[in-house]
Amino acid sequence: MQSNPILSGVGLKGYPEDPVNDFSITFSTVNGSGSATANTTILRALFKMGIPVSGKNIFPSNIQGLPTWYTIRISKKGYTARIERDDIVVAMNQASIEDDIRYLNPKGVLFYSDDIALPPFPGTVVTYPMPIKSMAKETEAPAGLRDYISNMIYVGILAKMLDIQMAKIRLAVEYHFQGKEKAIQSNMEIIQNAFVWAEKNLEKKDPFRVEPMDLTNKLIMSDGNTAAALGAIFGGVQFSAWYPITPASTLAESLNEYLPQYRKEPETGKATYVVVQAEDELAAIGMTIGAGWAGLRSMTSTSGPGLSLMAEYMGLAYYAEVPVVVWDVQRVGPSTGLPTRTAQGDLTFSYFLGHGDTQYLILIPGSVDECFEFGWKAFDIAERYQTPVIVLSDLDLGMNQWMAGQFVYPNKPIDRGKVLWEEDLKEHITKHDGKWGRYLDIDGDGIPYRTIPGNQHPLSAYFARGTGHDDFGQYSEDAKVWEEGLNRISSKLEKAREYLPKPEMNRTSASAIGILSSGSAHPAVKEAIDILKSDGISTDYMRVRAIPFSNEVRKFLHDHDRVYVVELNRDGQLHQILSLEIPAEAQKLIKTTHIDGLPLTAKWISGKIRSNEETIK
Amino acid sequence: MSESPAVPGKQAINDVGMLRSDYKGAPSTLCQGCGHNSIAAQIVAACYEMNLIPEKVIKFSGIGCSSKSPFYFLSRSFGFNGLHGRMPSLALGAAFGDTTMRVIGVSGDGDSASIGMGQFKHLVRRNLPMTYIIENNGVYGLTKGQFSATAEKDLFLKRQGTNPYLPIDICMEALVANASFVGRSFAGDPKQVKELIKSALSHRGIAILDIISPCVTFHNQGGSVHSYVTGKEMEQPLHDISYVPKRDEIMIGDFEEGTTQEVELFDGSKIVLKKLESEYNPRDRWQAMHMLEEAHRNNWLVTGLIYVDPDQPTIYDIYNISGTALNRLPPEKIRPPRSELDRLNLTMF
Repeated sequence: MQSNPILSGVGLKGYPEDPVNDFSITFSTVNGSGSATANTTILRALFKMGIPVSGKNIFPSNIQGLPTWYTIRISKKGYTARIERDDIVVAMNQASIEDDIRYLNPKGVLFYSDDIALPPFPGTVVTYPMPIKSMAKETEAPAGLRDYISNMIYVGILAKMLDIQMAKIRLAVEYHFQGKEKAIQSNMEIIQNAFVWAEKNLEKKDPFRVEPMDLTNKLIMSDGNTAAALGAIFGGVQFSAWYPITPASTLAESLNEYLPQYRKEPETGKATYVVVQAEDELAAIGMTIGAGWAGLRSMTSTSGPGLSLMAEYMGLAYYAEVPVVVWDVQRVGPSTGLPTRTAQGDLTFSYFLGHGDTQYLILIPGSVDECFEFGWKAFDIAERYQTPVIVLSDLDLGMNQWMAGQFVYPNKPIDRGKVLWEEDLKEHITKHDGKWGRYLDIDGDGIPYRTIPGNQHPLSAYFARGTGHDDFGQYSEDAKVWEEGLNRISSKLEKAREYLPKPEMNRTSASAIGILSSGSAHPAVKEAIDILKSDGISTDYMRVRAIPFSNEVRKFLHDHDRVYVVELNRDGQLHQILSLEIPAEAQKLIKTTHIDGLPLTAKWISGKIRSNEETIK
Repeated sequence: MSESPAVPGKQAINDVGMLRSDYKGAPSTLCQGCGHNSIAAQIVAACYEMNLIPEKVIKFSGIGCSSKSPFYFLSRSFGFNGLHGRMPSLALGAAFGDTTMRVIGVSGDGDSASIGMGQFKHLVRRNLPMTYIIENNGVYGLTKGQFSATAEKDLFLKRQGTNPYLPIDICMEALVANASFVGRSFAGDPKQVKELIKSALSHRGIAILDIISPCVTFHNQGGSVHSYVTGKEMEQPLHDISYVPKRDEIMIGDFEEGTTQEVELFDGSKIVLKKLESEYNPRDRWQAMHMLEEAHRNNWLVTGLIYVDPDQPTIYDIYNISGTALNRLPPEKIRPPRSELDRLNLTMF
């Protein structure tokens, strides 16, 4: 991923306004009207034209009738972060028109359904009325499909007005309707008719347009949740229990979609996997832990409120040393919060989850590519260390479409950790004075050997529990046994520090200023670094990908005079954890946080850092 | 019946070469006379007599006195003591590791009828093949004598006063959730407990056994069906139940014709129900509910096989799971080959 200039945004300068291949379009529609299909069609067509694009869906927690926005950013430089500027607005919703115009670039363009009454707007804005209602009527489509058709009309009009290639639009429509010829034909007809209408009736008065490039070769488009599910499948997932929650549901739904293709016994047609929609998250985690204990590669996927419900069972898995993988696709909390908006707000909760002394191995993917990679890697880590692994994705990464590299096949064989089946146990017992203890640390690395239910060796069984237990799994309230057991688990996880995915670094500037971030803050930080550089402020960058932190993180903090910790939450949760884990460097950390439910922007990050640097001077 | 003839001075070996002691657990730390101990003893007896291999059984529990009991039987079986009320989810996930294993869960009224009600009913509706025993004493023992959700209304307990709420009937809840096997018994009736446990272990589906198991320390007062004395007085068996393993079919001839009903289970074994005072058909869900309501109104402790449907599809059927133990699949069976990822990449947009 680092090697692809588009995805990493390397070598870019400035931020000039350029009407060709460098602008944003916001579609303002009503949710439940099928606009997602229309918007994704445009996104995909641009992608197939070789132009770097990204799409962000800002949607309400509602099924039908409330305003929803979708922004496509077209960036020849490969920037994919959210941008605080709408160059083009496609207005389809009377209810939000005032807001839409407020965010519109004063030199921008307004396409609007001609039944919308426009409020006052700057005279510099170029407008194009679209006879959406009358054109939808002309198609003679049933009334129930009219909204849907209306959205396809603006696809055709935009194609004409922005020079989007119709052949690429067709590719996108074909992909969406997956070979359903009738649907492809009727949608293409609507788009085509709208294109022709625009050709005849609209005169181009604005400078925005697209031109084909060749910057998306060998890239794919995917959302993080699909990538995570596919990664899990290539990691050999065997069991998943889940409960519906935005924005995590599509992860489990993708497992349901793809698993049948890969995991049926060819001879019998029978499944070698299980996906259960549980009655709630309490049960989802219970099932996941049961399966993990019984030797299955086991995972669940949820969001903050679900993780709250899972806390008690996670503590049991930690102490009974059961490998499980928990994906938390974060949304805005506390409480129900903003359930359809994005945040990096579950970092400290995941870090401290559970009563008593606990620790969790945390992975933080920063791209769709990493969602796939951590999808398989998380199982190896969980089974190697016999412990829960929490993967912190978020709504922006999980639900939006991103450009990504083609998925990369795991570069390591599956690691099931220290498991003893019948023959292994026999050998183990012979080698170790006739002894095997489920929690006995023989190798000195804190990781004991585990047996799995179904093992027929008469000495294989043990009674797993969350109550105090000794090296042999026997109930114990002994003070020394308790303390030693808990300390062993801690020493086991301490060793994971250097095994977990290492941070990604860019230290080319040899600057005294460091920027540190994680997860989906990445695209905005990358862009902010370029902006700062063009302003004469050079910075080094580190993106952490796992907690506990490896020594590189300590060194990065040590090597810089000050480090901006950029994250999408109120309290600076990554900043808090860094301060706890690396207290000697805590004074250097500068909390750089923002939480409004929207993805971070380069403008905000660079502005924040610039103004702070100015006060230092 | 399935025991080999005992040799004097020697423990008898069953058909799979096991002694009764091979099914034992750790010594119980529950109170002397606790009904739970007697149930554990019947689980040991049932497994021994049924010739089960202990390594082919997994056992589960939640939290409470009842949930300690899996430790007191089948030491050679894997077990997992989960969280309060959340044994069902743990068992369901674990059962998929190797679907050839027999699953025994032991819970209590505190564990299953309060926090656990949701998981209990959802496990029932999923029809996981599992023997789910609820050791029901109407009281929280481990926290020293609070009312449970199955305690009868107006029950008086020393530190709690009078129970203001109507009780939950576990068998009724199981029936309402479409359980495929529902039985009720009384720890003071060990023979019936054992026959029901055997039947439950042979049932392919969820088998709910609500076993009244008096708490000798906090709630054994006369007048309550949760006590030894009153339980015995009020017990009204629906039938005389016998479990007949497949190979002992000949024994059925011992029963007088016209006085018994038979239920054939998935493994070919049979439950033989000898008629007592009145007719009762345990395959009739409607009659089962009617009977439970009648028992409730009359304060009877009706015991026996309340309902059974041996043919209801299980969760394994629903998921069409491979016959190979999933937890023994080698890496090449769980990770698709590189060529599949190449193909997948081509299908991505």
